[in-house]
Amino acid sequence: MASLGSPLRTLRSLLRELRYVSAQAGRPYRDMAAYQHLREAFRAHRITSEKLCRAQHELHFQAATYLCLLRSVREHLALHQAYHARGERSTEEAAGLVGLKLPQQPGGKGWDP
Amino acid sequence: MWRRCQRLFYARPPQTPRLCPTPPVAGPSLSLPGAARTYTPPTGGFEINLDHRKLKTPQAKLFTVPSEALAIAVATEWDSQQDTIKSYTMHLTTLCNTVLDNPSQRNKDQLIRAAVKFLETDTVCYRVEEPAGLVELQKNKWDPMIEWAEKRYNVEIGSSTSILGPNIPARTKDTFTSHLASYNTWALQGIEYAIAQLKSLILSMGVIDRHIPVEKAVLLSRLEEEYQIQRWGNVEWAHDYDLYELRARTAAGTLFAHLCSESSTVKHKLLQD
Repeated sequence: MASLGSPLRTLRSLLRELRYVSAQAGRPYRDMAAYQHLREAFRAHRITSEKLCRAQHELHFQAATYLCLLRSVREHLALHQAYHARGERSTEEAAGLVGLKLPQQPGGKGWDP
Repeated sequence: MWRRCQRLFYARPPQTPRLCPTPPVAGPSLSLPGAARTYTPPTGGFEINLDHRKLKTPQAKLFTVPSEALAIAVATEWDSQQDTIKSYTMHLTTLCNTVLDNPSQRNKDQLIRAAVKFLETDTVCYRVEEPAGLVELQKNKWDPMIEWAEKRYNVEIGSSTSILGPNIPARTKDTFTSHLASYNTWALQGIEYAIAQLKSLILSMGVIDRHIPVEKAVLLSRLEEEYQIQRWGNVEWAHDYDLYELRARTAAGTLFAHLCSESSTVKHKLLQD
């Protein structure tokens, strides 16, 4: 079966991810609907009379999946910004890579750029 | 699968200090959502409000989802957008848009057929013959998954090293078809998305049935890449980039499927004293 770890750990990681999201949104994370929903869901399913509770495992799995989603979206975006977001170099920068400078042509180039 | 969200792609100009009580909204562009809120209309279902305007799909239909948890998750996705709307990070929103708009006009049977078709070219059934390390790894990691699937669904799936792939008997396909038919259209769209990302029906069923977590399914799907990474080294801007993207998409697909196919009831038991 899936070794998901403890539900407390999942909940704390989820709250951490929600804090990242709320930092983007600019609001305190306790205002967010996701925080309220998670808190109620974890509280409601904490105590049941069954020893091996399938519903608890289902909820924990769903929480772990949502955590995976939030975390990987954030990491993916960070990697994208770090490596793939800059676009091409301009001609001046490309020439500057090898120490050359583009010529000054006050009369215009004579063809379309 | 091509997701079309062109109307949501507008970049927002730098933020000016707000002197007016409501944020200025210019033209057709979507201003940065101040607070994405879910709203329950009396007809049932849940809508999303961005800055007091209702969210619409790319084909201008009203954005309604059947589950509250899903609506909250979509609202959180919109809240996490900063300065520009990066719709490639909003996987749940794109999945909802696909179900609501259905741009490729697929009905339930076509979805199920497309999903079961992946079984013939399932990743965990395709084995290599060399190098020996990879053969061992595939045997140790993929065989338990196939055994679990065979036991769980009472079917026969083999693995093969030939280029044509394993020979899947028709009874297996029928079993999977009828099993997938028990999900509704929304959940099925999520399942089919997850299958297309993982390139494997068996691994997706493992995640949908909560047998393995998403990270493990992604690891098993990328087994050969992981083997090569361990051998030759990890390239962050390619390997990690693909890994996180695959994890995000698979997690979105399975979460979508679970949220759209569940119904929860709370039964309060009184303490007997």
